[in-house]
Amino acid sequence: MLKIKNLQVSLNKKNILHKIDLSVKNAETHVLMGQNGAGKSTLAQSIMGNPNYSVKGELFFVEQNLLELDPQQRAALGIFLSFQQILEIPGVKIYDYLKLLYKKSHGKRLTPLKFKEFLKERMALLDFDEEFLKRSLNHGFSGGEKKKMEVLQMLVIEPKLVILDEIDSGLDIDAIKAVAKAVNFLKNEKKSAVLIITHYSRILQFLNIDGVHLLSKGQIVKSGGADLVQQIESKGFANL
Amino acid sequence: MKSAKLKKLNDAYGEKFGFSMPEKSVLSFDFGLSKQVIADISESKNEPKWMRDFRQASLKVFSGMKMPSWGPSLAEIDFEAIRYFIKDTDVEKRTWDEVPSEIKETFDRLGVPQAEREFLAGVKAQYNSEVAYSSLQKELDEQGVIFCSMEEALQKHGELFKEYFAQLVPAADNKFAALNGAAWSGGSFVYIPKNTHVKRPLQSYFRINAARMGQFERTLIIADEGSSAHYVEGCTAPVYSEYSLHAAVVEVFVKKDARFRYTTIQNWSGNIYNLVTKRAKVLQNGIMEWVDGNLGAKMTMKYPSCYLVEEGAYGEMLSIAYAKNHQIQDTGAKMLHLAPNTSSKIVAKSVSIAGGTSNYRGLVYVAKAASNSKSKVECDALILDDQSSTSTYPDMKIAGENAIVEHEASVSEIEEDKLFYLMSRGLDKTEAITLLVAGFIEPIVKELPLEYAVELNRLIELEMEGSVG
Repeated sequence: MLKIKNLQVSLNKKNILHKIDLSVKNAETHVLMGQNGAGKSTLAQSIMGNPNYSVKGELFFVEQNLLELDPQQRAALGIFLSFQQILEIPGVKIYDYLKLLYKKSHGKRLTPLKFKEFLKERMALLDFDEEFLKRSLNHGFSGGEKKKMEVLQMLVIEPKLVILDEIDSGLDIDAIKAVAKAVNFLKNEKKSAVLIITHYSRILQFLNIDGVHLLSKGQIVKSGGADLVQQIESKGFANL
Repeated sequence: MKSAKLKKLNDAYGEKFGFSMPEKSVLSFDFGLSKQVIADISESKNEPKWMRDFRQASLKVFSGMKMPSWGPSLAEIDFEAIRYFIKDTDVEKRTWDEVPSEIKETFDRLGVPQAEREFLAGVKAQYNSEVAYSSLQKELDEQGVIFCSMEEALQKHGELFKEYFAQLVPAADNKFAALNGAAWSGGSFVYIPKNTHVKRPLQSYFRINAARMGQFERTLIIADEGSSAHYVEGCTAPVYSEYSLHAAVVEVFVKKDARFRYTTIQNWSGNIYNLVTKRAKVLQNGIMEWVDGNLGAKMTMKYPSCYLVEEGAYGEMLSIAYAKNHQIQDTGAKMLHLAPNTSSKIVAKSVSIAGGTSNYRGLVYVAKAASNSKSKVECDALILDDQSSTSTYPDMKIAGENAIVEHEASVSEIEEDKLFYLMSRGLDKTEAITLLVAGFIEPIVKELPLEYAVELNRLIELEMEGSVG
């Protein structure tokens, strides 16, 4: 589904990623780990099409060359990125916004009653209070609320590929379980592929992991199965 | 902007807001301004001598006054090319059934459903120069509220009318107030009795529907002690190629402990000069709130003011200016603190796009007598492209002791990272920008009655479709 070959990314003429190779198939969950500054977020942003990065190499999703597409077109193909730095958009009502996201991603509208039911069900998965629907997008939210809001958008869009950039940072264990539940729901119902960027194994115990990749200094230095997580946990990034 | 796109936008705009009905005037005067034209207006309205004299005196003041030397240029206005009075229907209509079908059609196309109108406290529609239809709900009558045309008020409530008329905005105030004094026609008169609370908004619709027509409506509002009410006016206008002038005067008297809100949404077509003098006088512990949205017109110059003349008086101004296609929105507010412990707040937001210019021009004056007064001014400008511009001209004159006056101003552009964030969720660029613009003006829009808020958001959507790309 996602095929990355020899990917090189630079920001302001500074090389950040060199020669990345990575493949993620339908309904697979892959984990990207690595120290701060290793280039994990850069990879996520590059896949989504952040215009600040210049990207070379091969980046394909469902046989489409992503490098020829803008962020909106990539989203239309079914790619979703949960941001590490989540922006506040004052004045944009969450209910109206989610309605728009649903229309764009599903190509149709639900009746107001059905859409409310749909949202209620998705918010219940996250243990997210419906009162939030009346608020502005991420405006004045706590760190944890912002993360949940990202996951709610994911549940509304139902993407084919989910990239979660440090979704678990700053979340308590209940919230982490809720996020994992939402990811598993999408995986089971929609066969979505997942690429999860994290520092910790906490969230991983709630997910079935198909591959783990260790990123260091702009390169994938080691790939393996779920057991690689344990190695990283016990030895630390530097000693692998 | 590509010209084809611009044309498409204008067509869509014309279709949605700029329709015009065939003119069918009962009585029309020739172009230009003279003693005779003014006398004819008085005659047609069967006015008392004092009003005839007031008009003639105003004309004299107008003739002797220079155009404003500050602000955007008004040199293109040709006073001789304007028709100063058109009366469309000779009798004011009493019931909905009697309203001409053309006018009903106009309302239909404005998108005001009949059912909604029934909820309104009273609908005053100004079609050309005079009120074409008025329906005063029983509830208003029972409360003793007067809500009628200025012409009717002059005839029926002459004493009350004379006591307040032009007391706040005399003819000599400025050239356009003088012009209005001479040629005024139409507008609303509102009197809210003591301790009376009008729950539903008093609503009016204004339209300019004749080419080269000046519209000089005049509104006079008195909120008596301890009363409260909300007056709402909304405008859309047909697209014409010739220059048109809208020079209105609004006077609001807010008595002790009274609270009044005056909401305006104006969306004049791109050929109109919109030059309006709005002024409120606020007595002890009274509250005056202006909510003002200026979206259309070739040029708008409007600075609603509050004269806070007694202790504890409060004045507020919330405004949105939207300037596109070389429009100039020169708007702001004036807060004059003339008594101790008075306070005021100004929040002005502007959006400039496709060569539009938005200026904030305002005054906060704290007189020596106005000790312990507070004022807060917040101006936020959003600029969507390189062709557009914005300026801020804040004026502060502080003489009172212990005054707290704050001024914050910001100029921003659409932030690229927000655009990327929203586009990564599947929105196209236009949708993302529309959302960000709507979010920017939301603090003001949420203060509008629901139907206006919806209409405004729809309008922003329509505008963005044609302008971003």
